[in-house]
Amino acid sequence: MGIISRGFGGRRRESIPGLPPGQYLTHDFPVLSAGPTPRIPLDRWSFTITTETGAKSSWNWTEFTALTSEDVTVDIHCVTKWSKLGSTWRGVSLDTLLAEVDTAADYTMVHSFGGYTTNVPLEDLLDSKAWIAYKFDGEDLEPEHGGPARMLIPHLYFWKSAKWVNGLTLMNEDEPGFWEAAGYHMYGDPWLEQRYQGD
Amino acid sequence: MNPLDGNAMAGDLRELFTVDVTAARYTCAGCGHADAVATLILWGQEMGQVGRCPHCTDVVVRVVQAPDRVFLDLRGSVRLELPLAGS
Ligand SMILES: [Zn+2]
Repeated sequence: MGIISRGFGGRRRESIPGLPPGQYLTHDFPVLSAGPTPRIPLDRWSFTITTETGAKSSWNWTEFTALTSEDVTVDIHCVTKWSKLGSTWRGVSLDTLLAEVDTAADYTMVHSFGGYTTNVPLEDLLDSKAWIAYKFDGEDLEPEHGGPARMLIPHLYFWKSAKWVNGLTLMNEDEPGFWEAAGYHMYGDPWLEQRYQGD
Repeated sequence: MNPLDGNAMAGDLRELFTVDVTAARYTCAGCGHADAVATLILWGQEMGQVGRCPHCTDVVVRVVQAPDRVFLDLRGSVRLELPLAGS
């Protein structure tokens, strides 16, 4: 009888609704980083959406946090197999940020301070499926978890929820981001276990 | 002369992948810095190994291990120089 033994005190998944295949439950919030943690002073923070024609929309921290924010409770699933259910965040919906943006593109590349990128289809950012989050569990988002602000796209594996986010580029064609170029799946649906290319 | 198919590279590739890659020298695509792979700064061990240039912090190599495959992404490296056994 198989007992999941890898890390973070996981429990068997059969008894837990909301847990995608191959995942185990954690109550911690493990930190994964592909590079040094950038420290971004709020007066130097900005978020910029660049369309496929090069048109830019930009928000500084004051403008961004003045936008309507939402409190959301979501399950998050990391491709390294931990899942965290019922995590609570506050952020600005991508619907709000993209409302004024004129685009015919179908794909986006998310950009972060420090150079990280990840690709997400535009439709996965719309209809209350994605936020730029700046509070976790009622507190300001810590740098280790992507603060000042990170992407939150809970229906995809968590590498798509880029930390230290600073921009979004709209693209006519899909292109791989940082991990996708190195073998991870272009889309990353945890319910289909789309971990690696070809899955 | 007709071009050869990829099988013709098999001998060379076998040579390449049986050497100790940490003894290989990389040249960073970002800044041109060259040193042994063993001197790269390693990050991100959970999703895959990310080797960053100690000089400019750009990513030089990424290695992702799937259950049945290994991906080696070298776009951050302009070349990899591998010592051959016995030389
Ligand atoms: Zn370099």
